[in-house]
Amino acid sequence: MNRLLSLALLAGACLPCALLAQHDGDDTGQITGNVQLLFQTYQEDSLIGAQVPPSKTGFNAFGNLIYTKGDFAAGVRYESYLDPILGYPGRFRGSGIGYRYASYNKEKFQVTIGNFYEQFGSGLLLRAYEERQLGIDNALDGFRLVAMPARGVQIKGLIGKQRLDFDSGLINSAGTVRAFDGEVNLNDAVERWATAGTRVTLGASFVSRFQPGSTISKDTLVLQLPNNVASWGYRAMVQKGGFQLMGEYVRKINDPNADNGYTYGEGEGILLNAGWSTKGLGINLGFKGVDNMQFRSDRNLQLFDLPINYIPAITKQHTYNLAATLYPYATVVQGEVGWSAEVFYTIPRKSKLGGKYGTKVSFQYATASSLDTTGLTGVDGAVYGYERNSWRAGTDLYIRDINFDISRKFSKGFKAKYAFFHFDFNTLATPVTTDYKGIVNANVHVVETQVRIKKGHSLRTELQAMFTGTDMKEVNGEMKEVKQDKGDWATVLAEYSVSPHWFFSVLDQYNFGNPNPDQRVHYLYGTVGRIEGAHRLSVGYGKRREGIFCIGGVCRAVPASNGFEITFTSSF
Amino acid sequence: MTRTLLLLVTLITFGHLQAQDIPSISLKDLSDQTIDTRAFVENAEGPVLFCFWATWCSPCKRELNNYSDLYPDWQDETGVELVAVSIDDPRSMMRVKPYVNSVSWDYTVLLDPNKAFARAMQVNNVPHTFLVDAEGNVVWQHNNYADGDEEELYEELLKLAE
Repeated sequence: MNRLLSLALLAGACLPCALLAQHDGDDTGQITGNVQLLFQTYQEDSLIGAQVPPSKTGFNAFGNLIYTKGDFAAGVRYESYLDPILGYPGRFRGSGIGYRYASYNKEKFQVTIGNFYEQFGSGLLLRAYEERQLGIDNALDGFRLVAMPARGVQIKGLIGKQRLDFDSGLINSAGTVRAFDGEVNLNDAVERWATAGTRVTLGASFVSRFQPGSTISKDTLVLQLPNNVASWGYRAMVQKGGFQLMGEYVRKINDPNADNGYTYGEGEGILLNAGWSTKGLGINLGFKGVDNMQFRSDRNLQLFDLPINYIPAITKQHTYNLAATLYPYATVVQGEVGWSAEVFYTIPRKSKLGGKYGTKVSFQYATASSLDTTGLTGVDGAVYGYERNSWRAGTDLYIRDINFDISRKFSKGFKAKYAFFHFDFNTLATPVTTDYKGIVNANVHVVETQVRIKKGHSLRTELQAMFTGTDMKEVNGEMKEVKQDKGDWATVLAEYSVSPHWFFSVLDQYNFGNPNPDQRVHYLYGTVGRIEGAHRLSVGYGKRREGIFCIGGVCRAVPASNGFEITFTSSF
Repeated sequence: MTRTLLLLVTLITFGHLQAQDIPSISLKDLSDQTIDTRAFVENAEGPVLFCFWATWCSPCKRELNNYSDLYPDWQDETGVELVAVSIDDPRSMMRVKPYVNSVSWDYTVLLDPNKAFARAMQVNNVPHTFLVDAEGNVVWQHNNYADGDEEELYEELLKLAE
């Protein structure tokens, strides 16, 4: 009852803001906010693995309020998990305040007290961030000072504990994070370089975790866990016209933890990126090597819990249903090495190939493999595990992702796009399926069209097909070709929009090529939505496979489910 | 808990509210220059459009590619400046510049890799578009993109130009 009352109070509190938000006032400050509600019902469907929690429904809600007055700002986020939507961390419970802060922002410095998000460089050493759709929130809770002592120079210092859990309120980590970051833009800092064509930014960071450590036993050894673990790194960014070069190098001292099997090797990581682009053409090359660089504010936790840093995947995030949801790649945090190359090109308009409006083409190759290592034996094996020989690729392929697309506007009312994806996906490295262990080879073809029916009315369709490779297997005493994993898939999507307020969509994902005929299931899902400016309500019904779905112009990660889903988002 | 809520309600009930204006956040543009988000409104001669997008968001790219064809006319008729704010995280933020150049957008593009500006603007998801008048008031916003939405936006732009 108290929770309902709290919610009603919050909703009541938001109403006058929405009504008054557009009114000019005196200098008593201003309030902005947003609300996100997600309600889901569950029906059991053992065929697709959809489960029904004891509550039979799930409800997640988030309400943010930010008050600002001059240099001062304060904000809170009220959260509810009554009970949590499946797919979110299941231990999230109840309603309460999960984020609150106050900050003061002057020209030369900025102070934040309470919760805050932060990123140093590309995040390889520290990234506190929120990915609400995935249930990730590792916000820091403590103090942060950002100082700008001179033009082009920025120094950050912070100390805090990270958000781990939610039970009618915030629950923080056992460990404490202490960090410094300094960045200097040479062109801003040095007057005679102010107008130079080349822009250079240099940065360095130091991040340390404190967590009391006892001893652990390995074979006959008794080893002390370090109370303090330090990591540090350097980065540089160089830009000249269409050319950009970014590099970041990081190290971490011994940090025995659940991810590395409580071994004592040091961590090391390197990110390099070079790009060149001009009107109509863009090229991007990337290299990533990480070895034992996963850093958490609790050494005993894994997966989504308490990461201090962020190790990006080398592949890009796909959005078409079959390419995005069946074999989505995630970084192997113990260590991997990979590279990528990508080209974007627009064939000029009014040329033979470009057509009246130009034709857009892109191609990407990305791959990641295990590290080139030698396993150690004896005492060294127990303490350090392995030794890395080089940054060359090791023996195991983790992912190879080759994709290509071409899109063209044929007339004012008709656009079409073809996209192709090839994946060699190691399900042992990224365990997205329990049906297949090894490398799945898959090809995906997508044809997307968009037709303008009349003013404000448009129809968008996607036809997708995925074909997996085959293996020779013994079936009833005979060697036969059998499709890998769940076999072939098709997806059909039709989305009708009446601009600017309505959309209707139907999506059918069909596992037509499953080696098991009983599993050749249709996942049919329909959505109706209404948009009023910054307010958006949608109602969906049907079966959904786990993965990332984009419907009505917004993307969200969802688990397997069967039932109704109502979402409401609003901001003011 | 109850006290915090009561404080909030009091704050909201008795606080006189101003128009939503643009928070001051330092972001980098595609040439690694640091820019204050409020400066766009303070220096604006006409309306400003803030479009939140990402390279992995198809409707966002459709929106900004469609606006791109219309943008020169919009600028002539209404003096609007479009600022495309990418929320690409470290996984994809280095892809932003090559992509933007390849499709020849004539917009100012800002990088908001940890969503500091998006959070301050109360963005739940992308695409989210804000139309801000020359005084810094958000006069129109839309949290979605479907082909044809630019017609409503154009009407709003014309209203501001009158």
